[in-house]
Amino acid sequence: MLRLDKVSKIYRVGAFGGKALLAVNKVSFEVHKGQVVSLIGESGSGKSTIGKMILRLLKPSEGKITYNGEDIGGFEGEALKNYYRQVQGVFQDPFSSYNPIFKADRIFRVVHEEFFPQVSAAEWGERVEKALSSVGLNPAHVLNKYPHQLSGGQLQRFLIARALLLNISFLVADEIISMLDASTRIDVLNLLADLKAYGLSILFITHDLSLAYYISEQAVILYKGNVAEQGAVEKIFNNPLHPYTRMLMESVPRLDRKWEKGVRLVDRDVENLRTGCPYYQRCPVAEPRCALSQPPLVEVEQDHWVACVHYESGADVLKPPALAG
Amino acid sequence: MGLKVENLTVYYQTLRGDVRALEHASFQLADGEIMGLAGESGCGKPPLGHSLIVLFPPMKYIAGRVEVDGEEIPIWDAEGMNTYRFRKISLIPQYAMNAMNPIRKIGKMIGELLEARGVDYKDMLPELKRRLDLVSLPHEVLNMYPIELSGGMKQRMVMVISSLLNPSLLIADEITSALDVATQKAVAEMLVEFRERQFINNLIVITHDISILYQIADSILIMYAGVLAEKAPTKSIIESPRHPYTRLLISSLPEVGVRFAEKRLMGIPGNPPLLLNPPAGCRFRERCPLAYERCLEEPPFIEVDKDHFVACWKEYENHAQAR
Repeated sequence: MLRLDKVSKIYRVGAFGGKALLAVNKVSFEVHKGQVVSLIGESGSGKSTIGKMILRLLKPSEGKITYNGEDIGGFEGEALKNYYRQVQGVFQDPFSSYNPIFKADRIFRVVHEEFFPQVSAAEWGERVEKALSSVGLNPAHVLNKYPHQLSGGQLQRFLIARALLLNISFLVADEIISMLDASTRIDVLNLLADLKAYGLSILFITHDLSLAYYISEQAVILYKGNVAEQGAVEKIFNNPLHPYTRMLMESVPRLDRKWEKGVRLVDRDVENLRTGCPYYQRCPVAEPRCALSQPPLVEVEQDHWVACVHYESGADVLKPPALAG
Repeated sequence: MGLKVENLTVYYQTLRGDVRALEHASFQLADGEIMGLAGESGCGKPPLGHSLIVLFPPMKYIAGRVEVDGEEIPIWDAEGMNTYRFRKISLIPQYAMNAMNPIRKIGKMIGELLEARGVDYKDMLPELKRRLDLVSLPHEVLNMYPIELSGGMKQRMVMVISSLLNPSLLIADEITSALDVATQKAVAEMLVEFRERQFINNLIVITHDISILYQIADSILIMYAGVLAEKAPTKSIIESPRHPYTRLLISSLPEVGVRFAEKRLMGIPGNPPLLLNPPAGCRFRERCPLAYERCLEEPPFIEVDKDHFVACWKEYENHAQAR
């Protein structure tokens, strides 16, 4: 359905844009109908950049994004509007997604005027109420209010309801629950899972492994714009192979296990590492050859891809290198 | 004896009246205890944490007393607190990234801070350097501007500054929420290390992330809508919580290993009450599946088991029967 093919994004940084920053490097993955794909990474991993490129807020420097086989870069005018009818995004901070001067339900009116001018006001009102109920809000409680009168969870659900009104088939959810409280968080997550059951495809961008595991089938682990590991969620979580993924799984605070004591973080001194593995600087099991060339993404078992020299052809998958090196 | 808080009540002044942000908070910390303070937004975590160190308007002191190491702290007196701030009680603020003066070199800024407390920078320098080593920061940072440091480095720098005068009580406000998981773990472990080395006596970690408290805290205090709900050793809060709110909260946390397809987690229906005019009695009453007539009165915060305090009438009755 939506497909990224070796997509890269280079930002110009520095005082006069003289330096190049490779934010996303040749990332490829596919999201099928009714599937949730998690994009997992820390800050600076390029995960939000990918979301923005899908929403055409940024233009890829290289590579192609296709939606149902068509290059989204070529959409203009009516075709672009039609694309936005099907693909929408919801972002991290619900408060800054609204104009505080206007009532929060203005977002629904804008959708009405822009996309459905032929629908009568009465019928539109019904549709809005239906969409609000389906995201678990009571329309009487939330309509006709200003953004500051609503909670973060309510505003976030408003945005999802807005996306539903458009009858979208693809949602980019960029860290949408990180600003919510624990008890509301799970409700929004369950809502996404229910929508998925109706055939909505979701790109779930997050830094939280447990949330990704809860909701998605496929996961892509990003490190500094490069894919470290990707494939089926159970395989990655039950058998994390890339040293970076293992470090993540190790350091995420859990309620069923305490942290291992005395694991020191590696920080190699690397000046301008241009070639080589992007994780070389922090990798506890790096070898000299890792500094020389970037390992390709290889399939180590069905639907489980890793970019690490330790898993290139010939290496034994079942005996991963010990991390305590 | 570490920290002792009795009947602390703090309101926020607004144009529409007083917001009852914190009421009747009483608890104690044993020597060396690391306590986690958790709850949803608007539950009163910041009023509790901040009133122990900076009680400025719109916060308004109503009642209560605070003792640190047996000495009463005049938290209602903003001027008088200057004797205690930094030396006795210190804070690692939320957004520590922006807590340092951007136009001073870090070393100079620390010098000025110490001077304001009557301590000579040169005398402190050897100890300062030792602590930089401890959090793996190079000594050169003292000659740098904050902008030259990464987020994790700034966080560690602020931790070193806040604990430099060995305060008895250190309050860490949401310090790990803006960090990546690897840095988060390192920072959290350093705080425990500070306690091990007796730089600090008590630590209060304010956070919404209970799983991180499970890793480092000795006890956890759960707040709901401005009142204390439950305080117990970490293990008891996670494994056998007693307050209905704590139970629902813990069971709504997604963990690595739980999948939607296999087990659908439930949130807590409803919203916390507005504190401008909170309902009488137990404030969790309206969302509580166990609520009954007695919940119209405010439940007392009593010890039902060793070091396990709960404010719930059901638990109160169970406890009374058991005795």
